Amino acid sequence: MNTQIPALSVNKLTKTFDVSAPWLNRMIERRPKLFVEAVSDISFTVEKGTCFSIVGESGCGKSTVARLVTGLYETTSGDISFGKGAGGRPIRVQMIFQDPHSSLNPRWRVGDIIAEPIREMKLRDKETETQDRVRELLETVGLSADDALKFPHEFSGGQRQRISIARALASEPELLVCDEPTSALDVSVQAQILNLMRRLQKELGLTYLFISHDLSVVRHMSDNIAVMYLGKIVEKSAVEVLFTAPQHPYSKLLLATIPDIENPARRVEAQAGEPPSPLNPPSGCAFHPRCPLAMDICRQERPKLQDLSQECQVACHAVS
Amino acid sequence: MMVRPTDELQAQDIVEPALDVSELSVEFPSRRGTLLAIDQVSMAIAPGEILGVVGESGAGKSITGLAVLGLLEHPGRIAGGAIHVGGRRVDTLTEKELTKVRGKEMGAIFQDPLTALNPLFTVGKQLIETIRLHTGMTKVNAEARAVELLQDVGIPAPEERLRQYPHQFSGGMRQRVVIALALAAGPRLIIADEPTTALDVSIQAQITALLRKLCDETGVGIMLVTHDMGVIAETADRVCVMYSGRVVESGPVADVIHNPQHPYTAGLMRAIPSLHDRVETLTQIDGSMPRLNARPSGCAFHPRCPQAGPKCVAENPPLVSTSTASAACWLQQGGTQ
Repeated sequence: MNTQIPALSVNKLTKTFDVSAPWLNRMIERRPKLFVEAVSDISFTVEKGTCFSIVGESGCGKSTVARLVTGLYETTSGDISFGKGAGGRPIRVQMIFQDPHSSLNPRWRVGDIIAEPIREMKLRDKETETQDRVRELLETVGLSADDALKFPHEFSGGQRQRISIARALASEPELLVCDEPTSALDVSVQAQILNLMRRLQKELGLTYLFISHDLSVVRHMSDNIAVMYLGKIVEKSAVEVLFTAPQHPYSKLLLATIPDIENPARRVEAQAGEPPSPLNPPSGCAFHPRCPLAMDICRQERPKLQDLSQECQVACHAVS
Repeated sequence: MMVRPTDELQAQDIVEPALDVSELSVEFPSRRGTLLAIDQVSMAIAPGEILGVVGESGAGKSITGLAVLGLLEHPGRIAGGAIHVGGRRVDTLTEKELTKVRGKEMGAIFQDPLTALNPLFTVGKQLIETIRLHTGMTKVNAEARAVELLQDVGIPAPEERLRQYPHQFSGGMRQRVVIALALAAGPRLIIADEPTTALDVSIQAQITALLRKLCDETGVGIMLVTHDMGVIAETADRVCVMYSGRVVESGPVADVIHNPQHPYTAGLMRAIPSLHDRVETLTQIDGSMPRLNARPSGCAFHPRCPQAGPKCVAENPPLVSTSTASAACWLQQGGTQ
């Protein structure tokens, strides 16, 4: 599927949030303004028809990237550009959210939820055509056409996530941004949704930007992976490269600590340390306080993402 | 009801299991009829053992833990069976008696460490209060014990940390404080309900390693309730798989993972994406777990089971041991016809 046509290119993307105390408090207590750099100077390209995943722990900025790409946040600096889609217009983007309970309006019927983007973007001329499209979409995601008349509360978590996917597909997107689409679901239902997403990718030629903290899911879905730590990409590799030979010490730590059901009771050495606060990031390489390979240069200079091979880029002084 | 003296005598004579639950049923009366959330569940935990209780949401794993702790919310009630903690029957105790047992004989660790701690008191005050309540130590001794506990759970600079409030701790550190609280009175049993779900993977590994260490060192029995098979594989000695309020399979972790007997367990294991190799499509179990008010007849798994036969629809299979593990499935018990 590797056609080498970029669907999405992100270049030097940075997003800072103003987390200052209210103006009056700042004046009285003489405190300065406070900013958090949630995403800091990251670049990546997603090729058409592939799945690019971003993994990392909570607070590393992976969901912020998803929201920046879909335009839910404005960028602070850097740019996001979309490739050409069908008919020469820019690629359409849609998003699937994590929690299928709060992302569907409980007062709307499922049919209206899915029809809204079609009506809003005037993708069909007549109402009957819209209804036909809704029925078709419901069947595509494995629900029955009659479900259009029901309300979201009548469905289980997995079925609601199918409804979210149908709604996302309604505007005929070519790039789907999926922010933890299965982490609110049970394992047996998660498998159903992952299989559905893979099938849709094949049938509709979709491109995925997949955000997750679950490495086994990421391994199943993706072609390329970026590992994020405290707002920066520390390693960017093809999936097989990352899982067989992780380079960055943080990727190694992540892979070593995830429980492996195929090797029960292997008694891993739990590594000490926790992700630092993004408000007060460590100097140099943000990972150096936890890193077993940390050297003097790691404390002073922030490493750049460098090519290690064609399929692997690492930001680490000790490795490259 | 009085605490029967025989129960206490037994506890001293022989090594009692940390927890013994036999044929426990829990029901929730509602306007539209009584819902049976737990249906004749039996399990036992030896001292120093970690029993993993795994299942999907709604399987009844948390309710089992809450029933043991005597924390079932109204209108939930124990409808049958018996619970013994360290040889002492606890399900028949009055609320007043239970308050003394809870905390002393059994501790609890919940999913969200922030809501488990009181934000208005320092960590030290909460720890010292718990220690003094259950052991009757003097304030000075209790403070020394609190420092020792924080050290045991791996919190650096414990003397300073005692004077801090919960919000000054990170998620992983907070969960360590909760573990220290659960250990404060030297309990025989700890119910850990999803203790790592709110934490990141690298912190999760630290917490499960800590639970394992404490279990080996202090001989406390731990009931580890989780939906994450990976955590179970890493931490537990034995595992109980629950489905729709019943135990469908139990046995040593390695056996259940590598050689699952029940079709549900087998399906669940195949549904988890592998870290080692990649398949085009995952094996999926179609459908979802039935709601309590619509539990199918016979084996609750039969509508989703690829190997179901007429007997599965008619009769609920008992949990019968086959070699080391036990499974509740007609396939292992003379066929489904």
